[in-house]
Order: sequence, then structure tokens, then C-alpha cells
Amino acid sequence: MTTGSAAEAATGRGGERLVVEALGIHKSYGSLEVLKGVDLRVRPGEVTCLLGPSGSGKSTLLRCLNHLERVDAGTVRIDGELVGYRVKGDKVYELPKREVAHQRRNVGMVFQRFNLFPHMTVVQNVIEAPTRVLGQSKAEARERARELLAQVGLADKAQAYPVQLSGGQQQRVAIARALAMQPKLMLFDEPTSALDPELVGEVLDVMRRLADGGMTMVVVTHEIGFAREVGDTVVFLDGGVVVEEGTPADVLSRPQHERTRSFLSKVL
Amino acid sequence: MTASTPSRTAAAPPDPGTLKAVPVRHYGQWVAAVVCLALLVLLVRAVATNETIQWDVIGSRIFFDAILDGLVTTIWLTVASMVLGVLGGVLVAVLRLSDNLLLRSISAAFVWLFRGTPVLVQILIWFNLALFFPRLGFGGASVSTNDLITPFTAALLALTLNEAAYMSEIVRGGILAVDGGQREAAEALGMTSGLVLRRIVLPQAMKVIIPPTGNELVTLLKTTSLVAVIGAGDLLTQAQAVGATDFTRLEMLIVASIWYLVLTTIASAGQALLERRFLRGSTHARGRSWLLRRIATDLRPGRNQDAGAVAAPVPPSEERDAR
Repeated sequence: MTTGSAAEAATGRGGERLVVEALGIHKSYGSLEVLKGVDLRVRPGEVTCLLGPSGSGKSTLLRCLNHLERVDAGTVRIDGELVGYRVKGDKVYELPKREVAHQRRNVGMVFQRFNLFPHMTVVQNVIEAPTRVLGQSKAEARERARELLAQVGLADKAQAYPVQLSGGQQQRVAIARALAMQPKLMLFDEPTSALDPELVGEVLDVMRRLADGGMTMVVVTHEIGFAREVGDTVVFLDGGVVVEEGTPADVLSRPQHERTRSFLSKVL
Repeated sequence: MTASTPSRTAAAPPDPGTLKAVPVRHYGQWVAAVVCLALLVLLVRAVATNETIQWDVIGSRIFFDAILDGLVTTIWLTVASMVLGVLGGVLVAVLRLSDNLLLRSISAAFVWLFRGTPVLVQILIWFNLALFFPRLGFGGASVSTNDLITPFTAALLALTLNEAAYMSEIVRGGILAVDGGQREAAEALGMTSGLVLRRIVLPQAMKVIIPPTGNELVTLLKTTSLVAVIGAGDLLTQAQAVGATDFTRLEMLIVASIWYLVLTTIASAGQALLERRFLRGSTHARGRSWLLRRIATDLRPGRNQDAGAVAAPVPPSEERDAR
């Protein structure tokens, strides 16, 4: 990490330190403009929930934060560090893949479809990146994996294969796998959308505990209850722009915009 | 069967187990079987009683030194070009899927060239390379092409490059079959492209790659016989050489065929073993494979079925009628 830019972000812009600072994000797929200049700021320990109808660009915005999507314009800074690019003099250079991979160590991500590695056991899933990417010893990584699996309530499933687990269990393993990298930030992309209704609760419980433990989180979700209860900030997107953002009480209970109101009336 | 189910049949319709059903008769099958068998007997008799085929020659020459030499060369040629072909195929496939347009084009051109021309022609071209390039080398240092390109190396080169072209398409198919979410998840964990390929994508692609690769091996085993045209010393070369000396051509071709059958049978058995082993869960599973476990998990009565079993004695409709 470049200490210069980190220090700048740590003290700049209103004097508050930001884990996520995304400014003027634009992203198009062909002629379809998905994000039309979106800003997002997340302070340490804060839980930000991204809400919006499908196609509003919320998942795309999340994927821009760890450079799974390349932004067309705008900047993403994680903990002060520019993601995917380097500024040298007055020019911006795209980072080589290897350095982008290096930046992603700091950001954990949980996917809608879990994406556990099916050819590995649960514990192998969890220790894969710490041992291969961070160079931890297997013993050390296993010890840490044991703690994390206990934390998500799956200590007894360490030797199971993903197909042997329910969707809720798989998603909790996916959370443990992301946490094993000791990230500064966790991204959740509709983590409960692929789950049977009775399994949603166990995943949200783990996320709630994670938030209580002080993890900085950005969550794309349709779980309004979760956003209201756990979220510090709710950002409502529609048509590639931020329509409204604020505390859950403000946005969810006293929405100022017609589009927010009509969306909430449909999902509540 | 009737003894084991009385409790369940109390309120049910007549037990199907007590019905004596007459199976459908397939008369056509019997007719076809008799006809085929008759034809087979005629064929075997025609070959066995053919006075020009010297069966004792076949029996005595199957373990001829020259034949065994050829057998070793065939096996060696097959194994070497298969191993090199698989490695080359993985390389070409990865290049084909790279972001770099130049590498992609080189890979595509390679496949186009070596898959688009007959192996026999490729073998002949490599063997006659000295006609175009009498000496090979860089700058001052060079060697005579004829020293470098022996019949065996020409055969190895041709078969390897051809095999690499075919394998690359198989490997590419395997890689593309792996869910894109796997790559994303690995990248999100900070894994580099090389790690993602080696640890996540290729192991999963193997399930798709292994079966057609087994077929490739069997095909390659037989394709090696083409190198007889340049006298590379393989099984067919040797069989023809022996046969030409004393007018036992056909007998020696049968000897060669017997050995090819033995080799392809062994290769097929190996393929079956490998596939079963791979279903056992690549290098990571212990005991049953994750696939088998998945099947077992799917078949095991789940929570819903358990609940259903408890409610089963009285079917819902009858319960309603009773009330």
C-alpha cells in the first residue's frame, strides 16, 4: 500500500477516514450504461446496504469495489489505496493482474451462488487462499479455519464436501472462507437470494454477528429487515444512480423520493 | 415379498407383488440372434479352414524378437507423444484462452495447421525435412538435419504436434465447462491467474477432459502404425519387414493386429480405471468421491421425506373422507 495516498484519504475530505471511497463510478456494457456516476463512502466498522430493483446497478457497483468489473470512469479507493490503477505524475496506469490480485487480499467477497470449490472439503476451501496467497503454514491456517468454522457454527463440517451441505451451510462456509484472508472489508452480493426461505435466517445471523464484531461491510440485499436492523447506512439505487441514501430509519421509514417509496411498497 | 409388506397393504389396493404378469416377448431378438450366430460361424470357419493362412506361423512368431522390438517402439512412441501432446495441448489451450491477441492467434493457427492436415502427410514432411533445410541451427552453430531427424524423431514430432492440436481442443472445452463463478471466487480471494488455473479451474476441468483423453490414447495407439511408411521401427514396420522376407505378409499382419488388440484392450481398461478413480474425487477425496457422495446424499431420505413417512399410514385423502 502507498502510505502517501493512504494518509491523504485518512485525513482528507471532512477529516474522516474511509474504508471505501468510490467517486463518480461509470460502467457500461456495450451501449447499456449500468452505472451513471455513483459515489459511495463507507467508514470503518460501518454496514452499508445497497438496495434497489434488479438492473439498478447495485451488484455491478459492488463488483467494481474489488475490480471484478473494470470501471469506465471514476475512482475506487479501499483504505485509501486506488483500486486497479496507479497514478504516477499526471497519468493513470492500469495495474497488472498480479497487483490487482494483491489488492483483493484486503477485500472479502461472498456471492449469491456461494461458489465454493466443489473439489475441496470445507476446510480445504477455507485454507486454500491463506496458504497459497498469504503463505501461511497449513497448520496455522487449519487452526484459524477451525476457529472461523466454529464462529459460523460449522465446526463439525470441516471434512464435508460442499455438495453435502445445505445452501445455508454452504454460504456460511463461503463467509468463513472470505474471513480467513483477514479482510478489511467484506462485500456481500445478495448472499441470501439463492437460499430456501427457512435457511435465510442462519446466514443473516452470521452476518449480524460479523457486523456486531466491527467488520466493515457492503451488502447488496433484498432483506429490508436486515438493512433496517443491522445497516448503518442504506443506499437506494435505481437506473444506475443513487436515488437516496441515509440511515435506515430515514430511507426505509421516511423515503423522500417517489421511486424509493414505490420500491419499498413492493418489497415490504 | 408378500410376507414383508402386510402392514403397508392393509388399506391399499391389491399388492402388485401377487400379480403374475407375462413379460413382453421379443421374438425379433431371437431371430436376429440366430442369424448373427450363423453368420459368425460361417466367417470363423472360412478363416480357420483357409489353407493359405499358416496358423502355425502366426502362433510361433507372435513373440519374435523383431516383433517385440516393434511392440516396445510402438508403446514408447504412443506414451511419449501422448504425454508431450497432453502438455502441449494444455499450453495451447491456455494460450487460446489468453487475453493477448497475439498468443490467441498463434494458438488458433497451430490448431488450424496441425489438425487440418493429415497425420500421414505430416509424418512424411517431418521425415523429409532435410529436403527444405539441409542444416538446422541458429547463426554459426548448426547440425545436419539428417542427423537430428531420424525416422523415430520424425514420427515423434509429427504425432506429438498432431496430438497437441487435438488435446488443446479437449482441454479448452474442459476449461470452458468450469463455472465462471469459480474463477471469480478465486480471484476475489486474491489468487493470481496461475493459481486460479492450477488449483481451481484445471482440477475441475479434469472431469470433462479425462474421458475423451482416454479415447485419444486408444486412437493414437493405432495411429502410430502410420509411421511404418517411414520405417520408424514400430510394430507394423517390423511385422511387414518379417513378412516380406518369406511371403507371410498376411500372417504377420494378423500378428500385428493381435498385438494392437492387446494394447488397445489394456488402454481401454486403464481408461475405465482412471475414470472411476477420478469420480472418486480427484486428489482430494478420501474414500468415496464427492460425486458418489452427492448421489448418496440425494438418495438418502431427507427431512421432508422423513416427515412424509411419519404421516404415511393414512393417506391425506382418506383422512379427509373419514372426517
